[in-house]
Amino acid sequence: MLLKRFALYLIRVISLLFAVSIISFALVSASPVDPVQQYMMGIGPVSDEQRSEIEAYWGVDRPPAERYWSWISALLHGDFGVSLLYRRPVIEIISERFRNSLALMMCAWVFSGIIGYSLGCVMGMNRNRWQDKIIRKLCYLLGSVPTFWLGLVFLMVFAVMLGWFPVGFSTPIGMRDSEVTIWQRLHHLVLPAFTLSLMSFSNTALHTRQKMIDVMNSEYVLFARARGEGRWMLFWRHGLRNTVLPAVTLQFASFAELFGGSVLAENVFSYPGLGSAVAAAGLNSDVPLLLGITLFSTLFVCVGNMTANLLYGIIDPKIREVRQ
Amino acid sequence: MKWNNRTRVFVLTVMLAVLILILYMIGLLIPEEAVGTDFQHAGQPPSWAYPFGTDNLGRDLLLRTLKGLSVSMTVGIAASCISAVIAILVGIAAAAGSKTVDGAINWIIDLMMGIPHTVLIILISFSLGRGLKGLLAGIAATHWTSLARLIRGEVLQLRSQHYIVVSRRLGKSGGWIMMHHLVPHLVPQFMVGLILMFPHAILHEASISFLGYGLPPEQPAIGIILAESMRYLSAGMWWMAVLPGLMLVVIVLLIDRLGENVRTVIDPYSAQE
Repeated sequence: MLLKRFALYLIRVISLLFAVSIISFALVSASPVDPVQQYMMGIGPVSDEQRSEIEAYWGVDRPPAERYWSWISALLHGDFGVSLLYRRPVIEIISERFRNSLALMMCAWVFSGIIGYSLGCVMGMNRNRWQDKIIRKLCYLLGSVPTFWLGLVFLMVFAVMLGWFPVGFSTPIGMRDSEVTIWQRLHHLVLPAFTLSLMSFSNTALHTRQKMIDVMNSEYVLFARARGEGRWMLFWRHGLRNTVLPAVTLQFASFAELFGGSVLAENVFSYPGLGSAVAAAGLNSDVPLLLGITLFSTLFVCVGNMTANLLYGIIDPKIREVRQ
Repeated sequence: MKWNNRTRVFVLTVMLAVLILILYMIGLLIPEEAVGTDFQHAGQPPSWAYPFGTDNLGRDLLLRTLKGLSVSMTVGIAASCISAVIAILVGIAAAAGSKTVDGAINWIIDLMMGIPHTVLIILISFSLGRGLKGLLAGIAATHWTSLARLIRGEVLQLRSQHYIVVSRRLGKSGGWIMMHHLVPHLVPQFMVGLILMFPHAILHEASISFLGYGLPPEQPAIGIILAESMRYLSAGMWWMAVLPGLMLVVIVLLIDRLGENVRTVIDPYSAQE
């Protein structure tokens, strides 16, 4: 049962990735920006002969379908092409930058999950009391605040004015990678991760609140109250168990927003991750890198959604009953 | 005079709409010269003459922000209108069409949700050569999915209602049922969905302009003002980042409130929550 779900989902992911590759390739091909021109601007003056050589190598004169085919077959062999901007294989850049981004996104993800879940519980357990009202207002407010601006304000207050945190990047400037300690990395991570986590926690909080209210209105909780269970007991025995897994599932399903948010957060904090790379790739017409990161981010989101779906299947007792 | 809840909300909604409209008109009416460069007054902190201060080129930030807001609002409104029309067409097609159409549309929605929106907008904007067109297309293309799902669900639910089944048995045509039974239910959903899409679209516009896509740098869009301010943060010019962003928050909150109020007025069920 679980295996079948997994296999079906895998087919879906592959079909989605395939479609994304076609769409993104078509979009990039339709662009008025000339990649050959862009490439030559990077390497300095070239003769007409060299230009036509480069054009032939890139296959500019071939029809788009043929170019797509050669691109996708190279891709399937693990060759993502060479980035115009960084002059290095795209796959190398993605793997290196993804490690940075992953650290940032996971910190933000865990943090926003914990904060969002706890606030959601506080709201749900104190429905319509002052705690609920204040936190709910705060959650709605955060939905209306552009988070990159919040990042700017944090940067200004905590990095520029107070000097508690570094102004940008993931490591101290002028230090070799091997010399950087884990504490220095964490020190650079705090502000971007905090900004990014503010982006997503309100969703989890509001969802958990609703779930908690549903649980507290149920008949088994009414019975538990009648037995004389206190608020903590109610929370521990009923609230926590029934709300924590939906919250985790929701967190996994939010990978798309997480990645989208990291693009902004990384740009504000000059953090060398995938998000700042994709923005730079688009601005500098670095087509191989742009396509590579698009596909990679889709894969990332799909993994999150798949985990959410599987978790949902595993934790939902109704589905488990059927399996037995 | 004692107003009931509905009247109060209604009056509040009209007032909000007028306020937003006034802010929008002010931005439109500010002439280009008023936000020109003036190096004599470059980099001034907020004062009575310049409530928001001036930027590094001596441009009045209050006027520039107001003008930028109306640019952002135009983009946001246009993009969400396009998006909402796509949503209603797709939603109805999914619910009323065959199983294959429904499956195909669901697959497309999954596809749109699979690519992070920021990345997709960057791609679309790149494809259309950046600029206003790319920004509009990008935002319009990424915002219709949730409303389409909502409308699909609504139509599916309506179709199985007894009065519609009875109507069909009485020999009414599909078009008649559509106009008399479906549209009156869908219009409020559509309006609320549209208005609640504005703030999202405006925030997306600001963030994409901030990344350097979308509007050209001489346009006074909020995202561009904030991107410029980043270069002067370490110089201590805090007002360049704080005040325009705060204005954006205020306008988004106002529009959000407007959407919630419209929902309360036209959808009484949600008012009792």
